[in-house]
Amino acid sequence: MSEIEGLQLDDRDRALLDGAEGEAMSLAMRVVLRAAEISGASRLQDICFAHIDACFYNGQAHVDFARFMVDKGARLAVPTWTNTSLVSQVDTEIRPEKNDPVVVSGARLLMELYEQLGCEPVWTCAPYQLPGGPSLGDHIVGSESNAVTFYNSVVGARTNKYGDYLDVCAALVGRVPYSGLHTDDGRRGRLLFTLDAIPWELRHEDIFHHVLGHRLGRVAQSRVPVIQGLPLDSDEDQLKAISAAAAASGAVGLFHAVGVTPEAPDLASAFQGAEPEAEIAITPAELIEARDSLSMGGGGRLDMVAIGTPHFSFTEFARLVPLMDGRRVHDGTLFYVSTSRHVYALIEEQGWTAILDAAGVRVVVDTCTYFTPAVRGCRGRVMTNSAKWAYYAPGMLAVESVFGTLEECVESALRGEVWRDDRLWRNDTWGARA
Amino acid sequence: MSSSEITARVLNPGKAAGEAMLLDEPLSFWGGFDAQTGIIVDQHHPQRGGCVAGRFLILPESRGSAGTPAGIAEAIRRGVGPAAIALGKADVNVAVGAMVAAVLYGVEIPVLVIDDGDRAGLRSGDRLEADRDGRIRITAAESG
Repeated sequence: MSEIEGLQLDDRDRALLDGAEGEAMSLAMRVVLRAAEISGASRLQDICFAHIDACFYNGQAHVDFARFMVDKGARLAVPTWTNTSLVSQVDTEIRPEKNDPVVVSGARLLMELYEQLGCEPVWTCAPYQLPGGPSLGDHIVGSESNAVTFYNSVVGARTNKYGDYLDVCAALVGRVPYSGLHTDDGRRGRLLFTLDAIPWELRHEDIFHHVLGHRLGRVAQSRVPVIQGLPLDSDEDQLKAISAAAAASGAVGLFHAVGVTPEAPDLASAFQGAEPEAEIAITPAELIEARDSLSMGGGGRLDMVAIGTPHFSFTEFARLVPLMDGRRVHDGTLFYVSTSRHVYALIEEQGWTAILDAAGVRVVVDTCTYFTPAVRGCRGRVMTNSAKWAYYAPGMLAVESVFGTLEECVESALRGEVWRDDRLWRNDTWGARA
Repeated sequence: MSSSEITARVLNPGKAAGEAMLLDEPLSFWGGFDAQTGIIVDQHHPQRGGCVAGRFLILPESRGSAGTPAGIAEAIRRGVGPAAIALGKADVNVAVGAMVAAVLYGVEIPVLVIDDGDRAGLRSGDRLEADRDGRIRITAAESG
């Protein structure tokens, strides 16, 4: 068979290919082998975990594929977690079935099918916030772009960005082509980004991480960037912001931050002893340009705040709740936070959901505000603290996006109009002349 | 009418014939393509508005969208997929979309890889016929 030319297969691989476990598993094996052939992999690599995206409804073919796998007795080889869905299983009001029956019922059916297949129904684009995931050196399957970049960069697990169907097929077979970011060479830093020109104080601000990630993606595209000068105490939420923004604006699937991420204890390790292909000094001017490019308009009346892209973490809620406690979102402004059902359960235990509810903040689980009709129907000005949301929303939704910090989003929602923390928008804060 | 033959690498086997449609740039089959109609909707694409249904589609590669396999499979399901796809370089997402559609819907769309040199000799409107081994017979369009 042409599929196995040049590839070493073990007995189980051959048995799957020959249909010993049914036609679904045979298809899965053929898809993985085809991917291996195309990527030029010399062998297959065992994986121990998968986070799949094919559970996100994209038309009837998605449902037919999942149904085929379930009906033909396919079985997952590794723990497999689900990405966000188009709909929320918990909150059916978010996207009422009667408004869009084909899509909503299809999306629900798809969720049921992947549960039947044996997936862990976590429905989140930030699976790394949940316990029990992969760790340093593990080979895994990732599919959603920010999760791929976070797993590779911050956790040190190894994955390429797997497209629809290949993600599921690899989880069924438990193997991936050994290529790209699974290999040591694929993980070697290529470009060195230095932050010497950026004020130390700014490097601790959350907004900086979003803007830096956006700029990194633009410049690096698919070459592995290495950042020198990130504060050593940069936290998981800040690294999430870099991951999401860099994966959205470019095709960054892995970055290293010297002294911060696990494969870059020092500069030499990040480059595996080789020289950088180029050294790029990040300038205040380009960060200011990137920051400003994420807002379409100026100030004025605010229709909505949308935060939690990628899904809001427990620690982010711990910052949001005191800001909202005892206060109330302005009439006429909507405030949405997207998160996972796992994190929702944690904040409910803390009594925080009641505080947010009283403040007029709506927490959405399983899905993202991109996909809720409230946002889809919104034609106004939406503020977000996410560079990723700000980057995609104008194309996906007919809204004007305004990018700002969490504190700016909250204050703006209370006032019903865009409020700016002047300190963060002065050029000298970013290291440029005032 | 002149005819000639080229040989392509086979990523998904199939036998098909159709009128050539050349795309000047890569295409995302999700987002840039309407899988319900087969029409290219990417506003920045030189061939936007064109319909790929039944055509022998020739393009450099897909744009790196994870949704491309679904876009291809869905278009094939609806009967608005291309008759065949010939790429400038091997592309996992296009191959996987066609492989899955072949199993789910019994429609075999050949996915092939052709050399730049062979591609340069093709014109939109040429009639192309592919066999399962990757041989493509080309009948040049009139006044091509």
